[in-house]
Amino acid sequence: MAMFRTAALAAAIAIVPGAAALAWQPTKPIEFVVTSGPGGGTDNFARIVQSIIQKNKLVDQPIVVVNKGGGSGAEGYVHGKAGKGDPHKVIFGTNNAYLLPYVAKLAFKPADFTPVASMALDEFLIWVNGEAPYADAKAYIEAAKAKPGTLKMGGSQSKDTDQTLTAMIQEATGAKWIYVPFQGGGMAATQLAGAHIDSNTNNPNENVGQWKAGQVKPLCVFSPTRLAKSEPVHGGKGWGDIPTCKEAGLPLEAFQMPRTVWLPADVPADAVKFYEDVLEKVSQSDEWKEFIARTAQTGRFMKGKEFAEFVARDDAANRKVFEAEGWVVK
Amino acid sequence: MDNFASLMHGFSVALTFHHVALMMGGVLLGILVGVLPGLGAPNGVSLLLPLTFSMDPVSAIILLTSLYWGALFGGSTTSILFNIPGEPSSVATTFDGHPMAKQGRATEALSFAFLSAGIGALAGVLLITALSGWVAKFALRFSSPEFFAVYFITFASFIGLGGSSAFKSIVAMGVGFTLASIGMDTVSGNIRLTYDFDVLLGGVSFLIAVIGLFGIGELLLTMEDGLKFNGIAAKVRVSDVLRTAAKLPRYWLALLRSSIIGIWMGITPGGPTAASFMSYAMAKRSSRNPAKFGKGEPEGVIAPETADHAAGSAAMLPMLALGIPGSATAAVMMGGLMIWGLNPGPMLFTERPDFVWGLIASMYLGNVVAVVVVLATVPLFASILRIPFSIIGPLIVVICFIGAFTVAGKPFDIWLALAFGIVGYGFKKLDYPIAPMILAMVIGDKAEDAFRQSMIFSQGSLSIFWSNPLVTSLMAIGLALLLLHPLQLLWRNARRLTAARAARG
Repeated sequence: MAMFRTAALAAAIAIVPGAAALAWQPTKPIEFVVTSGPGGGTDNFARIVQSIIQKNKLVDQPIVVVNKGGGSGAEGYVHGKAGKGDPHKVIFGTNNAYLLPYVAKLAFKPADFTPVASMALDEFLIWVNGEAPYADAKAYIEAAKAKPGTLKMGGSQSKDTDQTLTAMIQEATGAKWIYVPFQGGGMAATQLAGAHIDSNTNNPNENVGQWKAGQVKPLCVFSPTRLAKSEPVHGGKGWGDIPTCKEAGLPLEAFQMPRTVWLPADVPADAVKFYEDVLEKVSQSDEWKEFIARTAQTGRFMKGKEFAEFVARDDAANRKVFEAEGWVVK
Repeated sequence: MDNFASLMHGFSVALTFHHVALMMGGVLLGILVGVLPGLGAPNGVSLLLPLTFSMDPVSAIILLTSLYWGALFGGSTTSILFNIPGEPSSVATTFDGHPMAKQGRATEALSFAFLSAGIGALAGVLLITALSGWVAKFALRFSSPEFFAVYFITFASFIGLGGSSAFKSIVAMGVGFTLASIGMDTVSGNIRLTYDFDVLLGGVSFLIAVIGLFGIGELLLTMEDGLKFNGIAAKVRVSDVLRTAAKLPRYWLALLRSSIIGIWMGITPGGPTAASFMSYAMAKRSSRNPAKFGKGEPEGVIAPETADHAAGSAAMLPMLALGIPGSATAAVMMGGLMIWGLNPGPMLFTERPDFVWGLIASMYLGNVVAVVVVLATVPLFASILRIPFSIIGPLIVVICFIGAFTVAGKPFDIWLALAFGIVGYGFKKLDYPIAPMILAMVIGDKAEDAFRQSMIFSQGSLSIFWSNPLVTSLMAIGLALLLLHPLQLLWRNARRLTAARAARG
């Protein structure tokens, strides 16, 4: 009996250091808080991550996805903020995590969250109707300049990425559009396909269906480099054949939207590390690479200092536009 | 003919044992989800979505759409039995369905509802089969002014419908519009009417309103009436189902009209809820004895049910062909398409014919399976009414509150549902109609967005509403419906006056 007890004690001692090395592990189901409605870009992002984690068994605990898309995602962030100190709530969003509080009076601020990672950059393009006479971005901008304030630019929501980019293009080129805010990118895509608007700045994934059918065509992409080569989408052209807007002669370097992941404030550093590792594994999986290629995003995994620097740059660039347009709420 | 060959190919994909079993499972789950108010099809589909990650896309979409059909059917069940719409699109079914149940005709009402729903759904799928290419092109002609015109028709067809005064209808609609505008405003990007309460950021869900106004409000009224359901003595016989089925052909005109309204509203983005309301309004207007409506008229069940399901299935077409979800459930399914590696859009039909036509074939089969399954459950559901109120009443309260919570997982919604219950009770006591309020909540914000987008398009000129033949004819129909009722009243009054004068003279 005594010997057994000693043995047990020895075993326990042997286990303890091992347990410490394992660091933080989830102890209950993890909640993925999606700051968009079902079917939105952020929703797809979170659900793909969920499906890859499940398929490859990267986490022992089950994952539940909850959509809190009210108030352009503010609902999700407020919900995430309430989980202060709880590392079982993971918030999925875009740059709206730090940009929303500028344009709307909300009960959260960027400091309420612990940055984990940015998993991809979604790209923006200028799209026009497939039948439109414009051969390149320059021709379209000139046409817009010739008739200031008459051509229509569609986008999703107000004071969000699409309108910010439209404001940036206007500022850089001196052209002027009527900006029409729609409920989402899908609506902006079909409105362009039906020639009700003259252009939109949709993400690749929002317009790819219409491009395949030749109903819309891309003019240029707001990325520092061309998109990754792909299978031809329409008329022998693929994503890699689209010129960057800089190449096309627009004085605008880049405009990209990060797909971001956050934890609530005051969570243990181990927990942040745990999610960084899991998400990095996800970003290296074949399923993720396939998703990135299919949606023509740029797969760039950022964490820690790199992510923080990106956020600081993006925040400053957007704030400049918000201030110039008078969108900032006091 | 091309489409027909593709459809046959689709049947060969859908008619495997594995897929039919998935349909049965999906339909049964869907009925369960639909019967619980608040849980609803969108929630059911998103709960099931992770399960489909490892399935092939055809099986996955068959499972999810079957769940959707099941939920649509289940939603009608509670509307009829307890006056609690399981889905917002079955609100209109309560108007006559519940009075029928109270009169002891629950079996008849349920059978009518399910059979006509099945017919409506098949009409919707037939249209998709025959006209998919044309409809997809037609839908592209719709922009914000046309959307607004469609919503305008829906509202106009509702004017002067209820028994109560026009003033009370307008008040109810106004309350609905106000509630619909809470939360983020798409057009301006501002937050409205939240008074800094974070719980209101996401707006007030009409599902909560439906649960409170109908479910809890109805219970409060029942309690006042003496704690019992009427119609307990009703006998439930299987042969009643068959007898009802035999009566159905008599309502062919209502079925046809409602199918057309439903299909139209499914393709244009009116959606199932607006379709069912509009179809009910049209049925009442064109009926020879409109006074019977609201008191247990079978046509008042058939019309909304047919249109609801016709719209529900027709709405799948814009989702597949254009990538615009026609309903909340379709939005969740579109997210699914992305995860399974498909891009919804005009090319889906040519790129993945096996998927598209497999889905369309499964819509035929799934609806047939659903009708058979739900008809088999009619006697079971109808006998629930025999359970004493002291047992079923508290159960309904529990289900309502659970339902309110599951809509968005917010405890605040439970209180909101209770508040809506009290409002519903007050409305009934003061004879204010609830339906216009629900209608305004469901499509009020969409109508507002469409109107304001149109104003941005035209830079503030109303002439955009007669700028092309399509929008002009839509607006003309709306205005005609709007003016018809007051003119009818005037005409009747004038005739009465002259008749009275003639009698005196």
